[in-house]
Amino acid sequence: MKTGIVVFPGTNRERDMAQAFRVVSGKTPQMLWHQQDNVDGLDLIVLPGGFSFGDYLRSGAMAAHSPIMKAVRQFAEKGGYILGVCNGFQILTESQLLPGALLRNAGQRFLSQDCHLKVEGRDSIFTSGWKHGDVFRAPMAHGDGNYTAAPDVLDRLEGEGRVAFRYCTAEGHVKDSDEHVNMNGSARSIAGVLSENRRVCGLMPHPENLTEEILGGTDGLPLFTGIMEALG
Amino acid sequence: MKVRVFVYLKDGVLDPQGKAVEHALHSLGFEGASHVRISRVVDLHVKADNAEAAKKKGEEMARALLANEVIEDFHVEVTV
Repeated sequence: MKTGIVVFPGTNRERDMAQAFRVVSGKTPQMLWHQQDNVDGLDLIVLPGGFSFGDYLRSGAMAAHSPIMKAVRQFAEKGGYILGVCNGFQILTESQLLPGALLRNAGQRFLSQDCHLKVEGRDSIFTSGWKHGDVFRAPMAHGDGNYTAAPDVLDRLEGEGRVAFRYCTAEGHVKDSDEHVNMNGSARSIAGVLSENRRVCGLMPHPENLTEEILGGTDGLPLFTGIMEALG
Repeated sequence: MKVRVFVYLKDGVLDPQGKAVEHALHSLGFEGASHVRISRVVDLHVKADNAEAAKKKGEEMARALLANEVIEDFHVEVTV
């Protein structure tokens, strides 16, 4: 599996992401600078977290128009696999590779803490490392993670099994209006979604930061083992 | 020509910042303040032959970058 991690000015989670892939595959992903316009030969492109372009205008808005995103869009059209975490998720919605948008957290505060996620996505390499309904812990660190989309879009995402992850309690209870559970106020507690062909996935929390015991746990590892098993 | 692009959240999209400002206004004694929404104004200059063309350019820029039409609406004004 050949993985490329896109680096924009202001990206700061690319090394964490690379380390997570190194742990499961033994291979070091390639870093892709945002000004390059070629992503040939890759199996998976990752848009990591950070504050691309200082979050100017809207989080992810400027990065969505970087030269590399043209190539990433073509890669997606050809059925390529793309993972976006945190700012990467914001870039994917701004690029319209995923539906919806990420608004300011409902409580107005930047949230840097652990959350729990329920695995709900179906038929995707990004959720195949877990069983449907599994609950896992993941760190989150974002100011704009409040997922929103038109009600018909949300219905469709749910109906097609394209809600990849939902915020929940440690016991797996989803509570949309409880700010201790759905901390950023996301519509229907949505933390991550899948594209129509299920090959593009975006989520706000950071599974890559819980992939080794030295980091405090391996709760996030199934994301990477699932991808690894599918793409080799 | 000077173009001013107003970008604001669509009706029905939650505006936490507006809510916080509304609370602050209430605590300052402005109890009648309601429906507070925070918007963005982008001022720029464009080269265009007439106001209509300038407005059109502003709208193109809003659609391409300045507004995210999933959550935001916009309108464009031209001032000479």
